[in-house]
Amino acid sequence: MNTPTLDRTEAGTVNRQSTARVAGGGFRPSALVAALPAALRKLHPRHMIATPVMFVVYVGAVICTVLCVTEEQKTFTILATCWLWLTVVFANAADAVAEGRGKAQAATLRAGRDTLTARRLRADGTEESVPAAELKVGDRVVCTAGDVIPGDGDVTEGVASVDESAITGESAPVVRESGGDRSSVTGGTRVLSDRIVVTITTKPGESFVDRMIALVEGSKRQKTPNEIALNILLATMTIIFLLVVMTLYPMAEYSGAVPSIVVLVCLLVCLIPTTIGALVSCIGVAGMDRLVQRNVLAMSGRAVEAAGDVSTLLLDKTGTITYGNRQAAALIPDPEVDADVLRDVVLLSSLADETPEGRSIVELCQQYGADIDAARRRADHGTIVEFSAATRMSGVDLPDRQIRKGAVTAVSDWLAENHFHVHQQLLGEADEISADGGTALLVAEVTPASGRALGVIHLKDVVKPGIKERFSELRAMGIKTVMITGDSELTARSIAAEAGVDDYLAEATPEDKLALIKREQIQGRIVAMTGDGTNDAPALAQADVGVAMNTGTAAAKEAGNMVDLDSSPTKLIDIVEIGKQLLITRGALTTFSLANDIAKYFAILPAMFMGVFPGLAALNIMRLSSPTSAILSAVIFNALVIVGLIPLALKGVSYRPSSAAKLLARNLAIYGIGGVVVPFVGIKLIDLLVSLIPGIG
Amino acid sequence: MTGWLATGLEILTLVVLLGIVQRPLGDYIAVTLESKRHLRVERGLYRFLRIDSAADQKWSTYLISLLAFSLAGFGLLWLILSTQQWLPLSLGHGPMSADQGFNTAASFVANTNWQSYAGESTLGHTAQAAGLTVQNFVSAAVGIVVAVALIRGFVRNHTDRLGNFWVDLTRVVVRVLLPIAVVGATLLIVCGVIQNLASPTTITTLAGVGQTIPGGPVASQEVIKLLGTNGGGFFNANSAHPLENPNAASNFLQYFLILLIPVSLPRTIGRLLGNYRQGLAILGVMVALWAISLTVTMVSESAHPGSALQAAGGAMEGKETRFGVASSVLFATATTLTSTGAVDSMHSSYTGFGGGMLLLNMLIGEVAPGGVGSGIYGILILAVITVFVAGLMVGRTPTFLGKQIGTTQMKWAAGYLLVVPALVLVNTAIALLGGNQDTAANPDSPHGLTELLYASGSAANNNGSAFAGLSANTPFWNISLGVLMLLGRFVCIGMVLALAGSVARQGSRPDDAGTLPTHRPLFATMLFGMVILVSALTYLPALALGPIAEGLS
Repeated sequence: MNTPTLDRTEAGTVNRQSTARVAGGGFRPSALVAALPAALRKLHPRHMIATPVMFVVYVGAVICTVLCVTEEQKTFTILATCWLWLTVVFANAADAVAEGRGKAQAATLRAGRDTLTARRLRADGTEESVPAAELKVGDRVVCTAGDVIPGDGDVTEGVASVDESAITGESAPVVRESGGDRSSVTGGTRVLSDRIVVTITTKPGESFVDRMIALVEGSKRQKTPNEIALNILLATMTIIFLLVVMTLYPMAEYSGAVPSIVVLVCLLVCLIPTTIGALVSCIGVAGMDRLVQRNVLAMSGRAVEAAGDVSTLLLDKTGTITYGNRQAAALIPDPEVDADVLRDVVLLSSLADETPEGRSIVELCQQYGADIDAARRRADHGTIVEFSAATRMSGVDLPDRQIRKGAVTAVSDWLAENHFHVHQQLLGEADEISADGGTALLVAEVTPASGRALGVIHLKDVVKPGIKERFSELRAMGIKTVMITGDSELTARSIAAEAGVDDYLAEATPEDKLALIKREQIQGRIVAMTGDGTNDAPALAQADVGVAMNTGTAAAKEAGNMVDLDSSPTKLIDIVEIGKQLLITRGALTTFSLANDIAKYFAILPAMFMGVFPGLAALNIMRLSSPTSAILSAVIFNALVIVGLIPLALKGVSYRPSSAAKLLARNLAIYGIGGVVVPFVGIKLIDLLVSLIPGIG
Repeated sequence: MTGWLATGLEILTLVVLLGIVQRPLGDYIAVTLESKRHLRVERGLYRFLRIDSAADQKWSTYLISLLAFSLAGFGLLWLILSTQQWLPLSLGHGPMSADQGFNTAASFVANTNWQSYAGESTLGHTAQAAGLTVQNFVSAAVGIVVAVALIRGFVRNHTDRLGNFWVDLTRVVVRVLLPIAVVGATLLIVCGVIQNLASPTTITTLAGVGQTIPGGPVASQEVIKLLGTNGGGFFNANSAHPLENPNAASNFLQYFLILLIPVSLPRTIGRLLGNYRQGLAILGVMVALWAISLTVTMVSESAHPGSALQAAGGAMEGKETRFGVASSVLFATATTLTSTGAVDSMHSSYTGFGGGMLLLNMLIGEVAPGGVGSGIYGILILAVITVFVAGLMVGRTPTFLGKQIGTTQMKWAAGYLLVVPALVLVNTAIALLGGNQDTAANPDSPHGLTELLYASGSAANNNGSAFAGLSANTPFWNISLGVLMLLGRFVCIGMVLALAGSVARQGSRPDDAGTLPTHRPLFATMLFGMVILVSALTYLPALALGPIAEGLS
């Protein structure tokens, strides 16, 4: 599972390139060759019957094979039969290629799982060694440094650092401890230090690794509702065309233009929607695979489809919209204080402050041109005053002065104790910052002779660059974004406005989240959210798409229908795009497949009947060289187009976030009009080659 | 005035008049069906028939009521036709044979009005007026209420109720069809259509030859024949008969009446949906299909090569000189693109392409603008299929009018799509395999195949027009076409109501920027393409051996 991931939270910024475009899996022609054995194995009727469209082709191919013995036009019959079989094999190969991509990953995971043993604790506290596969829910196992955790569970004793790279591909170890939101461990991950006791929470065969194996192999893939609906449409069209071709026989007989069975089979195969029929399951497998490549495990294909439908996105403020901690944005000096003086004092006060806020203040001072080395030398002579909850200030005591920074009230009080006052104007500035949702830190100094407030540091939650554009794209796609935050109403409103989200939920409790989701759903909207804590579980379960962070608790992972192995809060947006891309690919290839029929009619109908009705030659607008070459060309085109579209089915059609109307216009132009035109060109070109074969042209 | 100018003006007048009338009429139908008030006559009727007018029915109950009503009508009509010798004003006609009685009863109950008999030589006035005309009213109303029930399915949320069949039916008959019929019949009488209860009169003409002039309540049956897109003529010659359709004015009025309700219903659904643009988009698709079909037939009939045709200024064989090519083509296009089937010219005599186009008009499912009600639900089903394919291309699970098109919806929509082609093609094949090709007037020619295909196409699509030339009064055709008409009507209605029920149960998804807009030209174009691709192309192989082979020879 060491697949590279494209965006991580620590990278901070929303990387436009990596996240906006859904990356596709590569496709090499060699994969097709490698898939051939599997494709041939799938020729078993039991497998073929699963896709009605291809089953009809299969039966047609069998009939033609038998007819090869009796038919008179041997070359044509044999060639047509071969291509009919190839059509079936190509369709199977498409499935095999898609499924093959998960097989290797599954094999690695399985090998690790099968050899695992566990140190189970008996009731009396002694250990026994048992195969991991025999662990039951409630068993307690011991893991020490170097052990692989034998199954999914919760840490009930101790703390340990765990290497989860086997699952997430992330090499940095994570801490797992009993109690709280970091107690969940996954089977197959390795303990790096210390000793923990894990209580197993999943049955054998149902662990996270088992589910991953099933997912990446696509073995337990169930058809999704939309896929079933599409199959109903395709099966109906197949039945209609089956009737068309079967009833054509008596009509042609009546007209004195009896066609051979082989020709009728060819007509049927060309008319039924083989292209989409062959690729529909490949598209589904590939969609899941694209999620796996982005380190997201969807527990069902239904969830992936629902992701495409999402119309309300619940996003946590921290990590998704903002960097997650307050940063210094500006220094505002007292009217009577020089800006450089303020800067230098602020720098002195923050040099020892190792919190992210403190570091951001130092950075800001450097940007303002402060000399950090000089400041360090000065600070060496002083004493650091640590922040305490009682004083709500921190600072430094230098030989000649005391410097403090902290909450406005705390620092004002401190000055007042020393009989000094803050200018009203500066307090006004501080109030304004608070009104904007920011935080104001007052900086003051007291010397033996005097004391004064020097200015205010403006701290604020910094919105990630690029996020606003991302949200306006989402809006164009018809997706409403709701920011979820524990911040006060005031702060939330200000950040919501800056980030450009459509709505926000301030001072959010898990109950509020759940209520919000239900409210949206009653209005007919499809809601997606991410969560990690146990108290997120009800909301995750209620949401149509609930993405649990892999760092989250077992309860959260159980409640959601996807797990994000990277635990990246922005991943939700990618998931929506992957879901959309899956549906678009399905629709585009269906349209292409249906539109193809026009050219095929023009190839085959005149070929079948112009012997009896010479006038029908007027329909031969492609000027195909002979009836046999025309029919053969259509069949060959029909088979080759499946192979030609496998890469597209695997990668998905390219998707750019835009409104439904624009997407439709674009895809209709490419796959609708393209679907009408391409076969005319393709069949003509194939005819030019096929007509060279003796006995055909 | 040159011929082309006259044709242009005739079409323009028709389009403008219909354009003006469809708005108020469409609104009126919508308001009537959603009104909470009952008329006194309606209340009396409900009391008399013990109908609970307040009941809101599930789709299945709605369907069962509809089927029970139609079955009763079918039985009663068959009984009237089989016993008409004992009824007053029978004019001495005997009973219909069992198979022809079955066929005729099925035909009028299914809003088809396929006639394997000649009216004036088979039926008395009572059978015509009390039997056929009654069904002309109610079978038309049945089509309209099904379309409205389907729309209610899309409008309503989280319910399994689609309205009350009995109330809907009564209102359509009493408040919509009857008033227009009274006005229409009066206008037809003014134009010269007869309305009496007279027996045939034999007169001696100036040339000294005896001639029989039939009488009958023609105008009253004629108006609903057209208004309800029924099509069953009082006389065998249908609207080509001078007593049914005496002149150019009555002819204009006739195809105006044919198109009147079908073009108003898009407005009705727009109003019910609270989205007029949706209705307009659907009307746009209908008009585009109609315009193309009309052009093809018009050109084919006017400019067909051949010295005889050119000498006559067009393909005049089988057309009345009092109407000419243009009016005949307008009538024929209107009658085959709706489920009417009335004719003022012999479709069999049309050129290869012209006749083929008329056949294709029916085969695409009569959706431009289609039969009363059936045209709307037919095109809405195609819209569901279009939304499904197009909706996927915008990256959402498809929704239409706020409702998700999932597995259940696709099952019913796809089933609807399958029924009629299966009936048409299989019955044509059975006819050929069963040795019925000799019933065609031109056996063993492409034209003969067209005759056979036309008969099944007309029956399964509930059109009822005949290609002429086919000897349809045989047990095989009477029974098979009777079955086709019933299945083509009621199986489709069953699927439409099931679909309506399934979408009514859902909640509504609000439209947003990510929703496929179904009221814009782009979607209308796709719907147009889907009609061609899914409906028309299905029949291309069969058409290639019939009209296309004939046209290209």
